Amino acid sequence: MTEIVTTPPVEDPVVHDKGAVSHQTSTGVSNEKLAMWVFLGSDCLLFGGLISTYLLLRHRSTHGPSPSHEFFDIPFTSVSSFVLLFSSLTMALAVAAIHRGDVRRCRTFLTTTAVLGSLFIAGQVYEFTAFVKEGLGYTTNIFGSAFYTLTGFHGVHVSVGIVFLLSLVVMSLRGTLDAERAETVEIFGLYWHFVDIVWILIFTIVYLIP
Amino acid sequence: MSTSSTSPTSTGTGAEYPGEAPHADHEAHQSTHPSDATYIKVAIVLAALTAVEVGTYFIDDASTTLLVALLLPMMVVKFAVVALWFMHLRFDNPIFRRAFVFGLTLAVAVYVITLTSMQFWSPNYGS
Repeated sequence: MTEIVTTPPVEDPVVHDKGAVSHQTSTGVSNEKLAMWVFLGSDCLLFGGLISTYLLLRHRSTHGPSPSHEFFDIPFTSVSSFVLLFSSLTMALAVAAIHRGDVRRCRTFLTTTAVLGSLFIAGQVYEFTAFVKEGLGYTTNIFGSAFYTLTGFHGVHVSVGIVFLLSLVVMSLRGTLDAERAETVEIFGLYWHFVDIVWILIFTIVYLIP
Repeated sequence: MSTSSTSPTSTGTGAEYPGEAPHADHEAHQSTHPSDATYIKVAIVLAALTAVEVGTYFIDDASTTLLVALLLPMMVVKFAVVALWFMHLRFDNPIFRRAFVFGLTLAVAVYVITLTSMQFWSPNYGS
């Protein structure tokens, strides 16, 4: 006896995320999430290039400040590192909260993450200002150029992340961010954690191994 | 008794129909998400590793070789912990891990070759 099973129409909307309606993908996973991972993979090449350039050029200066434990303010930068690390925790908790449908808790953690990210950027601005006062401008020497380009690009990534975070907070206040849009928060969370990962590399390679 | 389907499409997630795959995948994905307590434990581990890293700053007359030997493994562990737990690579569909690892591997390979071609690993580099 042969039992015939009929196939649902392929063009039917598909539930991806607690009621969210999206369309079938050929990979069986979310296109948006896959796109973010591909972007992050390509961003590895960007930061790999910047870190390699810094490593090649940092001791090539003929004048001006050079990288050393005396030049960098390690205790200050360590605090900044802890701040960014803690922001990764709050981001992960925000993603977990929205998956549970707890929008209010998610908003609290998103706001906390934005505040921590802003604190990190404020610290970077303070650090750059202090370095300029010590005589290291962007064009002072090749170490300065490589250092500001690398850490500046990271700072831009954090700043863009803060803008996205605030957008998510506004969306949640307007009632357009709920459990159905959990994947939006999760995809942004990937970006934020990647920014933290890049800082893990920069903190070790640039600051702790001068 | 045999079963035949008019047009089943395998998605690799164990579901028979295209319409079922993402939902089933999502449910499985949800159930394997770490709890808040796990995230906090992971953050404590990361903070402890960072504290140890910062502690190397206070070692007097530490050679670059010693710093590299101590700090690089900790950096790699922190990188992996954030990617596996906070970014859910440990729990998510392997296609995400492949996409990221491909970019990461390509970057490491390209820039190790670049640094090698510039004789960066030579003890006299930069002197």
